[in-house]
Amino acid sequence: MSWYPLWNSLRIAAISSVLVFFLGILCAYYVARLPRVIKGVLDVFLTLPMVLPPTVCGYFLLLAFGTKRPLGIFLAQFGIKFVMTWYGGILAATVVAFPLMYRTARGAFESFDINLAHAGQTLGLSNTFIFWKIRMPACRQGILAGVVLAFARALGEYGATSMLIGYTPGKTATISTTVYQLWRTNDDAGAFQWVMVNLAISAVVLLAVNMLETRQRKAVRR
Amino acid sequence: MSLSVHIEKDLGDFQLRADLETGGGVFGVLGASGCGKSYTLKCIAGIETPDRGRIVLDGVALFDADKGVNLRPQQRRVGYLFQNYALFPNMNVRKNILCGMRGEKDRARREQTLEEVTAMFQLEGLMEHKPYQLSGGQAQRVALARIMVNQPRLLMLDEPFSALDSYLRTKLQWEMQEMLARFGQDVLLVTHDRDEAYRFCPNMVIMDQGHVVAKGSREEVFEHPQTAAAAAITGCKNLSPARKTGRFTLFAQDWQTTLTAAEPVGEDVASVGLRAHYFTPADGPGDNVFPLTDPRINEAPFSVSVFFTAGNTRIRWEIDRTLWPQFSGNLPKYLHIAPEGVMALR
Repeated sequence: MSWYPLWNSLRIAAISSVLVFFLGILCAYYVARLPRVIKGVLDVFLTLPMVLPPTVCGYFLLLAFGTKRPLGIFLAQFGIKFVMTWYGGILAATVVAFPLMYRTARGAFESFDINLAHAGQTLGLSNTFIFWKIRMPACRQGILAGVVLAFARALGEYGATSMLIGYTPGKTATISTTVYQLWRTNDDAGAFQWVMVNLAISAVVLLAVNMLETRQRKAVRR
Repeated sequence: MSLSVHIEKDLGDFQLRADLETGGGVFGVLGASGCGKSYTLKCIAGIETPDRGRIVLDGVALFDADKGVNLRPQQRRVGYLFQNYALFPNMNVRKNILCGMRGEKDRARREQTLEEVTAMFQLEGLMEHKPYQLSGGQAQRVALARIMVNQPRLLMLDEPFSALDSYLRTKLQWEMQEMLARFGQDVLLVTHDRDEAYRFCPNMVIMDQGHVVAKGSREEVFEHPQTAAAAAITGCKNLSPARKTGRFTLFAQDWQTTLTAAEPVGEDVASVGLRAHYFTPADGPGDNVFPLTDPRINEAPFSVSVFFTAGNTRIRWEIDRTLWPQFSGNLPKYLHIAPEGVMALR
């Protein structure tokens, strides 16, 4: 059996997690400071991919990046094509996993004691220093939890991915699309193998989440 | 030091109008919670921005709405001791204090300053501790050390003792007084505790609902509070709306009686206050005399309060514990209030 789907799934999940990390934190930080009405509207818009069926997200992505759509034609001039390519999977996974990071980071930022930032400012510390050395460490547990959730979601992404990049063995196949394809073509044994691989990864991720939560509980206790 | 603050801020259902001028030393801002005193400090620190007015510290404009001046908090050099001390939880004491010295590039100088404040604030053996391992008093000393190494032009203390129990509070108040005396640092102290204000601040203002309602030396402010709000916060227990009836007399509406004051009553009088300690037993009806109707006794460790009915409300008479035995079970029929105990208020 080819290990390509494992490799492809891991790189899509890893890269989209990094993107989601920065995008989620950026949005969480700036949306929280916006006026109330704009905040409410943006909040709905940014959280939408979490509650929409992934296939609907995939539909919208095709609507935007389809090869015959304006944006798709524009990007094609630079040789970028999100449809039927492996890196299209990054786009799909990023969109679907983004709300998990965004919401967790926002929760963490909202529980941050703003006096710490103010104290830093009156001590002459730059806002960049305050953000990376005080705010982020104080919100570390929440943000790490968000990253793990986003990674797990990206890894398990099926709906939007299959809409946007389909299933081409050795090219766009991921673990979840492979399981479906093998089962659909009556290769039960093959599907079972990939189910086992997926179970193993999920177990590791859950273990990581639990360890993080235990550390957080300890931190709260003291 | 001279700090001059004249600012206005519209906060929807709350209008802030802070006006104060300070000389050197420790200056107090006394007011109930929600009176706008903490918000005023935040405006001075640059954390909040007023709508109008100006803030000048030692001749330097920190904020001037007309000239478009609004220095960033980082440029103001104003030390701010937060109520919860705001120590950075992810850093140990040493790193917290070093945060106040990031402008100092010379490593040796930093180490030397660190050693100095360690001795000055009794932080020996605490340098590697995280904030959660510190007691309230230790945390306060670390926060002060972190501010002082930054060499602020003004130190602002926001309710510095309100998070502590009463025994520890007294102890820390002594420590703080000694430290402030040693530094000769100019201080703006914000508090809702009149004892604290009296103890620390030779000069102060009183704020109520966003406005300064009294200003002056602590003796002036406490003995002649001028307004009903100021009288209430400096400890006057008995207040009633009133109107002027003569040169020295006024009519208290709640108590339905005419009272005589020691000093001439101003034209703009709106209230009258009676000092709860100034009552003495009287033989019968007369000027400034209340019948002791329906008395209720409320005993506390060091004083006893007797509440009696007058008009449509109750008046409080406060008696020192040591004087109580002569009245216990033998309350007088009438009480007289000396004219000095009658305060005409705006």
